[in-house]
Formats: sequence, structure tokens, C-alpha cells
Amino acid sequence: MRAGILRSPSPLPGFGLSFGIMMAALSVVVLLPIMALVGRGVMIGPAELWEMVGTRRIRAALALSFRAALVASLFNLVFGLVLAWVLVRYRFWGRRLIDAAIDLPFALPTAVAGIALTALYAPNGALGQMLTPLGIKVAYTEFGIWLALIFIGLPFVVRTVQPVIEEIDREVEEASATLGASRAYTLRRVILPMLAPALLTGFALALARSVGEYGSVIFIAGNLPFKTEIAPLLIVIRLEEYNYDAATAIGLAMLLISFAMLLVINIIQIWSRRRIGDV
Amino acid sequence: MLLTIQIGSHVLAQGTFIRRLDDGQIEIDAGNRRMVGRPIASGWHPKAMTKVRDGAFRKTFSRISLRRGVVAALTSLGLTFGVVMPASAQEDTEILNVSYDPTREFYRQYNELFSAWWESEGHAPVTLRQSHGGSGGQARAVIDGLEATVVTLALSADISAIAERTGKIPEDWQSRLPHNSSPYTSTIVFLVRDGNPLGIEDWDDLARDDVAVITPNPKTSGGARWNFMAAWAWAMEEYDGDEAQARAYLGTLFRNVPVLDTGARGATNTFVQRGIGDVLLAWENEAFLALAEQGDGAFDIVVPSVSMLAEPPVTLVDGNITSERQRAVAEAYLEHLYRPEAQALALQNYYRAWDTSAASQEDIARFPEVTRLSIDDFGGWAEVQPTFFGDGGVFDQIYEEQ
Repeated sequence: MRAGILRSPSPLPGFGLSFGIMMAALSVVVLLPIMALVGRGVMIGPAELWEMVGTRRIRAALALSFRAALVASLFNLVFGLVLAWVLVRYRFWGRRLIDAAIDLPFALPTAVAGIALTALYAPNGALGQMLTPLGIKVAYTEFGIWLALIFIGLPFVVRTVQPVIEEIDREVEEASATLGASRAYTLRRVILPMLAPALLTGFALALARSVGEYGSVIFIAGNLPFKTEIAPLLIVIRLEEYNYDAATAIGLAMLLISFAMLLVINIIQIWSRRRIGDV
Repeated sequence: MLLTIQIGSHVLAQGTFIRRLDDGQIEIDAGNRRMVGRPIASGWHPKAMTKVRDGAFRKTFSRISLRRGVVAALTSLGLTFGVVMPASAQEDTEILNVSYDPTREFYRQYNELFSAWWESEGHAPVTLRQSHGGSGGQARAVIDGLEATVVTLALSADISAIAERTGKIPEDWQSRLPHNSSPYTSTIVFLVRDGNPLGIEDWDDLARDDVAVITPNPKTSGGARWNFMAAWAWAMEEYDGDEAQARAYLGTLFRNVPVLDTGARGATNTFVQRGIGDVLLAWENEAFLALAEQGDGAFDIVVPSVSMLAEPPVTLVDGNITSERQRAVAEAYLEHLYRPEAQALALQNYYRAWDTSAASQEDIARFPEVTRLSIDDFGGWAEVQPTFFGDGGVFDQIYEEQ
């Protein structure tokens, strides 16, 4: 089927050229680096790889990275939906300003975000000073990691959900109301199913981004082994030891787990589409 | 982001942006190696542009073969961002000094001193550049292709790693210059809050329940490895060489560490700016610098009973030398570090230099007496590095045991 497409030109002109450019760009930016990683992994051999990621410390770091990414993305799923809803449905002073500010985490160097959050939430920082007497520690704990990941993941959810909310006709809600549905029922049975695919996509993007995040987290994490040491930091540590094989092993482990998680999200998406139809 | 830089007066190179150096120059990654030069603001030189594209495409397609597979594809990728080298090579001589974090201020002043002396000897002017970062990371940059003419790193293990992995430095490099190739030394001291409210006097206080200790991660920071070995030196003396007890002591000490930064400057910032911790284990020169910058009355320096003779060595990267003239300048650059005026400059920058003849009394009198053990007492870095800081070494074990 695919070979057939390649042989018989598409009715649209320019297929060969654009396909070539697409493949070249994709190879240079995405495929080759990943192939290099996988290739190195193959040369090391699966048994050695497994042994290298099987230590308690690496398992702890991987668990922390994925747990924190999951928590932060779940938070963003809820908070991002509310934010997108408010921005689309209501008109208020400063709306455009907030709308523009959503993109800041994309633009800001993550190290700057990490340092700013640390300065705010450190025990002597503006917010940290208020939280410390209450016995709440944010900077240099796992909460700090959550915070940094929420910061960098938020725009993914908002920006994927926002256009879909804009597309929803208000008449749909009105129709639902005239048929006797309560507000909660309308939200649950009419609005959310329409938003589900976009929400899942945003969630998946935020999750994938948070798992590999390094720049902002190392400033706020404290980086203690078994407690606040994220997997990407462990990769850097292995590189500093010139232990490229172990770094490859952790990198591959992260790649595989991320792939599995994204696969599950995609399957849920397909299933939800079948159940409630494409939006 | 791809950037074009100019090296010397003719040479253009392109690559991805790595960092901006102190003197406004830019370091780029040109695929297979790193280069430093002046950024070209906008619009590439049309001739150079054509050359890049021609060369790149030809090389890309001639190199990709199934036989060589991914490796070749990656190599040709490197060549895509490769270098344009017109016929005339570099005209002026350049020295790139790849150093570690806290020497920033010292080498900035030393470069001026050396330039003035070199020109007064009747030589043509030279361009001196410096690059700073965590010692381990800098060593890795040189291994990965950063064209260092000389390296001046935090400990010999990092230079030995370059020698071992690239062969660009001979194995006996450390005997090429006096004092184990270390023109200046330092030691590890405690920086405590003003007035020393917790009464921290020596290493045993760091294991107390009420004390929070700040030190960077020995895996990524050269200074932190000296910190670790200083604590180990004290413990081995305290417990008459009982390794199990020394290990238990270090385990307790590191339980008191709330933040493990990746570099010495990061740890100093955590302690000074964030106000975390009661004591910072620091290079003596970093501690003095923090005092000088924060003004008196913010911190006190406490000198422990035992510490390390920290030797940050310097050497020539022979494999990166491109001309005899460059070699002559680079050798003079390192040898001149041992001259009285350079030694005085090191003392002024809070390093313990050897020759005090040209230094001011104030700079000499600053340093307190301290028993300093040599790393050779523990078998030298060649042995200490894998035993203590390698994968599964003593440092990993004390965390595993917690």
C-alpha cells in the first residue's frame, strides 16, 4: 500500500519533493539521534542494559521522574481545562494579557524558570517564608519538582484544548438544557466527551515533556539520591563518569517507558473516538 | 540554532550554539568538534555560504553508505555543520585556556599580565581566551573535541581522563611542570554563618543532628571530591584507619546535606543567596571570595584540624597544538604562572601559591595554618577516583546504605 503510494504519484503535484524534504528534516532532527541511541543500546546488549538500569538508585530515579510527571500532568489536565474554558468563554479585563502569558513557559529558558521558582519557594524566599512556619517545604523536595513540571507543562494542555472549546456551539448546551439536562449532566455527557480527545493529547504532550525535563528541575530539586534525584540528572552523572553505556541504558529505559505510556494514551483516544465519535 | 562565527581573520565556521564566553566570543558545536570565535551578526558571506552548501551536500551523500550505517550518517551530519577553511590558515596565534569555575577572576587578570609581559619581550601579540565551568564537564568538553590549547582544571583526575581517552596529552603530563604541575594550591575550609552560632569547629560537628551541610555532588564537581576526601582524611585519622567507621561518619555527614548542587558555584549560591544550611564546604579561595563579595559580617571562615592539599594542575594539550609558534606561546603561558608576579596575583586571588617574593604582606598573612594531607596519601587520584567516586564506589555506597 505504502509502496504503491510512492510509485504512483499522488494527484496533487509536488509529492516527491515535499516528501523528500519532510524525510530529510525528520531524519536529521528526530530519527538519527534516536537511532544512534538505540544503536548504541543494541551494541551493549539487552542483558547488560537490564543489569545497568536494575539498581535500586536508578529505579528510584525513574519512579520519581515518572511519578512527578504524572502528578504534574494530571494537575495541568484539570487546571489547564479550567484556564482554557475561562479564556474562551468569558470576556474580562486583561484576558489577552493572560492569554499571552500562557505561552511564557514555552519561551522562557527552563533554567530561568527553575531559578525563579527556587528563589520564590526557598525557605528565605517570598513565598517560602510564609510556608515554612506552616511546616510546608517546597523547594528541595518532591513538591518543588511537581511545581517546576506544572510550570513547563501547562501551555500544552491549554493550547490543545482552547481551539476545541472555541469550536463548540453554545446551541449544543442550550439544546441540552431545553431537553431537561442539569448543568452538571450537560458538562459530563455533552461537553467533556467533545473535549476528551484534545484533553488526552494535551495531557500526553505535557507528560512527555515533563518526563525528560532537566533544566528547571535541577535547581529546585535538591538532587539527593533516592529522594529528589531525577532520571535525567542520573544520565548527566553517568556521563560525567564517562560511563556512556550506563547513560545509554537510562536513556533507553526512559524512552521505552515514555513510548509505552504514549501508546496507552493513544489507545484510550482511539477507543474514546469509537465510542463517542470523532469531534 | 545555527550560528556562523569567524575564527581569526579569515576562517568561518558554523554550528549549534553552546555558550557565550566572557569576552563576547561564542562557542559553537560544529558536529565533530567545538570552536570559539566572534559571532557574525547577520547575513553570511555569500562565498562562504556556497562553500558550506557545496561541501556539505557532497560530503553528506558521498559518506552515507549502508556499510557504515548510522555512524557514517552521523559523521556526515557533523560535516553538514562543518568548517570552511580557506587557503590562508589562522594568522594570529590564539590560546584557549579551558579552566574550572572559581578561576574565572584569576585568569582574567593573569591573561592581562601575560599579554603585557609577552609583548614586552618583543613578541607579536597573542589572543588569549578562557572558558569556565564544572571541572568534570570541562574535561568532557575537551574529550568531545573542544580545542583547548591548555587545560587548568580542579584536579588531576580530570586531566588524566583527557589523556587516557584522547591521547592528546602524554601520560606523564603531571611531571612536566614543577609542584605536580600545580602553580597554585588551595584547601578545603568551612564557611559558616556570622558569629558561628552553632559553634562548628571541626569535622565531627558536621555529623551533628542540628547541622545542615552544603556541598556539591562529588559525581559532577571537582571541588566536592576534595571536600569528600578532606572529610575522609579527618575520619581516617580520628578512627585510626578504620574504614567502616570512616564510612559511617561520611554517611551521617551526607544525611545532613539537604541539597546536592552540581557545581561549586551552585553550592555557594545555595548557601549564600538561598540561606540554606549552616556550613558550606568550600574551596578556600571560594570562601574568601564569598567573604569579599558579601562584605564582612555575613560569614566566618572556620579552618578544620585536617584538610586536603588541593592541587589544581595545569597542562598543555599537545594534540590540539597547530603550529610551533602556538606551542611556544602556550608553554610560556603555563611556565609564566610560576613567575613571582603571577604567583603574587594567585595569592591576591586567595590561592596558596608557592613563591611569595612579589606578593604583598596582606595577601600572604591571610592564610591560616592548616594540616594539609596530600591525595597521594590515599593512593593518588588514579586510585581514589574509581574507588570513591566511580559507579558503585564509596560515595554511592553511603547512599545505598541509608
